[in-house]
Amino acid sequence: MNYLSVRHLTVRLKGGGLLLRDVSLEVAAGEVRGLVGESGAGKSMIGKAILGILPRAVEITGGQIVLDGTDLLTLPPAQRRIRIGATCALIPQDPLTALNPSHRIGRQITDRLVDILGWSRMGAEARALELLADVQITAPEHVLRQYPHELSGGMRQRILIASAFAAEPKLIIADEPTTALDVTVQKQILKLIAGLQAKHGTALLFVTHDLGVVSKVCQSLSVLYAGKVVEDTTIRRFFAGPAHPYSAALLAATPKYTDPTAGLNPVPEAVLAAVRAEVEHG
Amino acid sequence: MADGRMEVRRRAGLRLWLSAAWLAVVVVVALLAPHLAPKNPLEQDLFSGRLPPFWQHGADPAFVLGTDSLGRDVLSRIIFGSRIALSVALISGTLTCLIGASLGLLAGFFRGWVDLVISRLIDIWMAFPPVLFSILLIAVIGPGLGSIILAIVVIDWTRFARVVRAEAMAQGAMDYIASARVAGRGRMGILWREVLPNVLPIIVVLLTLEMGIAVIVEAILSFVNLSISTDFPTWGGMISEGRASVHQAWWVLVFPLVTLFLTVLSFSQLGEGLKDRFDPVLR
Repeated sequence: MNYLSVRHLTVRLKGGGLLLRDVSLEVAAGEVRGLVGESGAGKSMIGKAILGILPRAVEITGGQIVLDGTDLLTLPPAQRRIRIGATCALIPQDPLTALNPSHRIGRQITDRLVDILGWSRMGAEARALELLADVQITAPEHVLRQYPHELSGGMRQRILIASAFAAEPKLIIADEPTTALDVTVQKQILKLIAGLQAKHGTALLFVTHDLGVVSKVCQSLSVLYAGKVVEDTTIRRFFAGPAHPYSAALLAATPKYTDPTAGLNPVPEAVLAAVRAEVEHG
Repeated sequence: MADGRMEVRRRAGLRLWLSAAWLAVVVVVALLAPHLAPKNPLEQDLFSGRLPPFWQHGADPAFVLGTDSLGRDVLSRIIFGSRIALSVALISGTLTCLIGASLGLLAGFFRGWVDLVISRLIDIWMAFPPVLFSILLIAVIGPGLGSIILAIVVIDWTRFARVVRAEAMAQGAMDYIASARVAGRGRMGILWREVLPNVLPIIVVLLTLEMGIAVIVEAILSFVNLSISTDFPTWGGMISEGRASVHQAWWVLVFPLVTLFLTVLSFSQLGEGLKDRFDPVLR
């Protein structure tokens, strides 16, 4: 039984064009699924639709988002919000704007546990300490009393990861969690996410444009182009040889660090034209 | 980096303390006016009119800052004038802030039709020329302390609403708002816990600026004789009366003017200083 099933989801700009076309994807309990595609393909939009944080100008016009057997879209907004809050979490893209500059770190982690999930203040604080240790922050007692601007981007992303795992969610959506960080920090952050995911058995939808990242953390993969899933496969099969010509071209376009003399291979125009035609008419 | 921060902090500190000190003096003087004033501010003595301040030749030591053309003590009138100035500043500043900031927050955070209604209201409101509007308002409801306060609130709430709306909109687009929504916080909860603390520094600056503006507006209305009844001392009224005799008795004009200037300046500097102190990034 899949924990999350998105079925035939269609999202469009209010009074405008389609952003997601009939998107279906599944994430099993404890599974890590990658969601890749180029900029503007709608990767983040899927995550936002699932979590109910779509921008105002965008609306869901069809399909189902089934979480643990319940279609979220049939729930009244207040119930939907509570259900998402209790079972899902987000690791956002930009650690610089994802923490409230006015509150201390400790408060940001514990407030949600206390206010929304009804934890005791003591229990939440103990939990926060434990979580910061889990994401390898030294001197967690000190960090809990600091404000976000006193910490580096990598530190803030660790805190956001800790915060995402705080309430033991069943599903985490990581929206390009390493894109805003520099390469040396990226690797540590990926390790942390993968480690915590394995420890807690959380289902993870990992949105990224980096196939290298996908190969390290994911078990299955959905390739998105112009708001449509063009390939849904496992990691092993994808890296052995993608079925869809666009996926193959995307994989070929990944720079190879082992051979610096090899040039870049952009996705050929013919492949793009074919996939565009397929998405728009299929 | 650390040195730069220290520098900002030290200057902000000095500014904050100087302005707070002056305002504290004004508040104490206003509260204790009957005990501090050497004379009755309304008492006329036509035989000792236009006496110069104490250090000039021909001064009467009983009238420290001299007298006006009707022989009333300038110092006592300034002391009693602070009561009106402060009441107007505090009451109208607070009311303006409450109304303007609330509407601005609602418009900027909820957007949609709420924003549409409030923004159009602001646009229409700001099309009225403010001075004319206030004079008209007071001409209709009659002069008095209440009328001045009402005029300031009615005219100036748009200043708060516009700025706070823009700031609330900017904060609403931040990722931490999205995170709070995912965590299950309701809209009012997000507005209160996540947005308001980040808009607060700007509200404080606007509030203190507004108090300074209120003091000026009261002075302007006194100047055109639309404030409190003329025999009650106000700074604006004194400036207006002093203007007529500035060549013979400059002190009647200059002392209330300097007091007014320092008070308005202190309000605005207090706001800036508080912002620097409470802004978590500068702290």
